[in-house]
Amino acid sequence: MTDRHSPLNAIHVAAGASFTDFAGWQMPVRYSSDLAEHHAVRTAAGIFDLSHMGEIFIVGPEAADALDYALAGKLSATTIGQAKYSLLLDRSGGIIDDVVVYRTGDDRFMVVANASNREVVAAELTDRTAPFECEVFDESDELALIAVQGPRSREILIATDGFAIEGGHPDGRDVGEKLSELKYYRALSGSFRTQPLLIARTGYTGEDGFELYLSPDHAAELWNALTEAGAPLGLVPAGLASRDTLRLEAGMPLYGHELGTETFPVQAGLGRVVATATKGDFVGREAVEAGPAPDARTLVGLVADGKRAARADYEVYASDDSSEVIGVVTSGALSPTLGIPIAIAYVDAAFAAPDTTLSIDIRGKRLSYRVTPLPFYRAKKD
Amino acid sequence: MATESELQYTSEHEWVLVDGTTATVGITAYAAEKLGDVVFVDLPDVGTTLASGSIVGEIESTKSVGELFAPVDGTVLEKNSAVEDTPELVNSDPLGEGWLIKIEFTELPPLLSFDEYTALLGE
Repeated sequence: MTDRHSPLNAIHVAAGASFTDFAGWQMPVRYSSDLAEHHAVRTAAGIFDLSHMGEIFIVGPEAADALDYALAGKLSATTIGQAKYSLLLDRSGGIIDDVVVYRTGDDRFMVVANASNREVVAAELTDRTAPFECEVFDESDELALIAVQGPRSREILIATDGFAIEGGHPDGRDVGEKLSELKYYRALSGSFRTQPLLIARTGYTGEDGFELYLSPDHAAELWNALTEAGAPLGLVPAGLASRDTLRLEAGMPLYGHELGTETFPVQAGLGRVVATATKGDFVGREAVEAGPAPDARTLVGLVADGKRAARADYEVYASDDSSEVIGVVTSGALSPTLGIPIAIAYVDAAFAAPDTTLSIDIRGKRLSYRVTPLPFYRAKKD
Repeated sequence: MATESELQYTSEHEWVLVDGTTATVGITAYAAEKLGDVVFVDLPDVGTTLASGSIVGEIESTKSVGELFAPVDGTVLEKNSAVEDTPELVNSDPLGEGWLIKIEFTELPPLLSFDEYTALLGE
């Protein structure tokens, strides 16, 4: 497979980024220091290129009903401008992908899928919505995505010239006011220097922040405007390495680690995302209602003392001197913010209660971990 | 501190500075860059006997775990406790303050020259 490059690739190369393959895309893993980028997002702000994500539109008079059938959540209950975290389930209740759905009109939704699942999500949505009066368009190649995340994100967007909000002043004088009013998981249509733009108050870092969708042809112009206006406020370009430690601290699941077709939503702590009680038939309903096997493992947060971090696929034991494997780590790192090892693991239900002491084999040495409620880190509200 | 061209190298991306029968060992700038920010270093204790090619320590970054291989047979003379306390030295000065261990050796195996190591990186 040939490598795919973001429309911002030249900017990343010029900035000295190191690259990693992500679902066939060459994306920045870090610019200089992933720890510095992580701390910048927690204390000021970071700017991320997420142009590899998939954007699939469902448009038509029955689009809302179609998504109620295709996805786990009740999308018909959303209002225009609202975003909703949802799941694409298979018939046996497993998770094909986790998505964020933006309602951008009465009859119009944008489903944002993980880059690795863009094709399968587009195909499943096309298939599942066929009986409904709506159409599915995979616009992933027509949209770039830039995220600004961190406590100073709003200030940075306000300091950047060229934004205007649909229905507001064409010169953008009310952008500050509109962005301040914009709630978490809400989005506004607008423009950047005449280019159509969707501004969403969403993210994957556990901080306040915005995600900006626009044409790839104008992504570089937007990136440069944001970095120029944001640099004095502490904005730094941030790569996928910091994105991963940020989302892990925030206890957010990652497809392929915490989520997959072998996982039921309830095991991942996502039972609330499935609207069994409030809507009619949907793909996966029967299996989700029947539930996973009684001995199915459940997702927990784990913390330890010291500096040695458990990583994905390490085995979890009942105690330091037990040889009984009772779980497996799906993500783990030395938390840059907390300074202690943190991990997410699937463990047998009997070992999932908070404060249970478990043991992880870290490359031949056992380390005690303690079950703790997620998230590990929660941003302070201002 | 020696310059890059005065050091010898291994295919495991370690550098070796030979002074008499003492070999100072660290990881190369290339290896440090590939690892990302180093957050934890686990080094063998003074007096430990090392067999060339065996794994004797770990260099962990936020993203991954690098292994420290003994480049020679010998005994650990000294470990860099500054690096254990301040792992980021491996990134900021991999060939200097970021050195890892000093080994007393009896025989030096063939190592790579700077040019040979650079050629290896080009492959």
